[in-house]
Amino acid sequence: MSLNRREFLKITGLIGLGIGVSGVNLLLRGRVDASEFLSSPESLVAERWAMVVDVNKFKTEEDYRRIIDACHSIHNVPDFGNKKDEVKWIWTDEFEHAFPEQQNRYLPEWVREKPFPLLCNHCDNPPCVRVCPTKATFKRKDGIVAQDPHRCIGCRFCMAACPYGSRSFNWRDPGPFIKERNPDFPTRSIGVVEKCTFCVERLAKGLEPACVEKSNGGLVFGDLADPNSNVRRLLSTHYTIRRKPELGTQPSVFYIIGGEENA
Amino acid sequence: MYDGGKIIVGLIIFLLIVTFPFYTNLGRPVTKPTPDLNTPVIKQLKVKECVESKAFMRAEHMKLLNEWRDSAIRNGNRIYINSKGKHYEISLQKTCLNCHSNKDTFCNVCHKYAGVKPYCWSCHFVREEGRG
Repeated sequence: MSLNRREFLKITGLIGLGIGVSGVNLLLRGRVDASEFLSSPESLVAERWAMVVDVNKFKTEEDYRRIIDACHSIHNVPDFGNKKDEVKWIWTDEFEHAFPEQQNRYLPEWVREKPFPLLCNHCDNPPCVRVCPTKATFKRKDGIVAQDPHRCIGCRFCMAACPYGSRSFNWRDPGPFIKERNPDFPTRSIGVVEKCTFCVERLAKGLEPACVEKSNGGLVFGDLADPNSNVRRLLSTHYTIRRKPELGTQPSVFYIIGGEENA
Repeated sequence: MYDGGKIIVGLIIFLLIVTFPFYTNLGRPVTKPTPDLNTPVIKQLKVKECVESKAFMRAEHMKLLNEWRDSAIRNGNRIYINSKGKHYEISLQKTCLNCHSNKDTFCNVCHKYAGVKPYCWSCHFVREEGRG
């Protein structure tokens, strides 16, 4: 059988089309007809989630302990018992380290010595998101900087990029170091980074973040885009500072350090 | 052909090595994997059905899990409406592993047969077993 150019091109085209159709078929296989995904109706929604930390409401060590334990116990955060391997979602540090550019040696003693609750700032311009090579870390529409641990390859670029030390790496298998596992939340594996998520799993159930719930009003959570929200009311009536604002990351965690009259 | 004998012997040895898995397993009885569905939670169910049909789950559960993961983490949609219109919470631990709490006699059976090693359980664990 001899083919002229025209016939050859026709046959090749038809074969190509056939392969294409079966390829699409393969791609579509495994989808369920009529299945859909919904967000739960009771979930809390906002245009821009933010948190205000009223430092004056934290008085005793117990006040800090309570919010840290609430977070770390429900999220299965391991305790390796040493600073080098430490994994933390929410923690405390001194003013000098939390707000280094605002430090001066004549600050009142209570400011210098008070521990400040610190967590991921869920920045508007998150440097961790910019550097993540796999897009494991991303910013949600509501402003929460979330992380998909399935995609994390453990390169730790995000840890280098975050100016707040909000990210921790699992240098060892965290499993044996979790005191009591919360069966409703996954753990992490060795070689991935983790951090505060603003409790997305609780927001989906209509609950505020665990630390906010346990803070007795020391932490206030709300929508920054809504002028009548509780966070906006606090921000418009109190002087607040943010961590390292000069870096342009636009943190969404605000600190009221208003002196004793606000306590 | 120069060195023909060596080449042919070499080829035969090569073929023997490449086809090693086939002739060693020839005639060996192959037992079909039988995943165990008898967990306390499943026993209590009135209608014993998964989020989708058995055939679909058997063939495509890994793809469904990937879709669930992306929906919950990336899009924040944590409810799955199946092909029959029934709603399920998207959660490997709270939904899937709640019924299938027997990793060793359910998940592992087929995975071992198929020679795959998914690492779901390095993070997602079964309620009773702690780390499964």
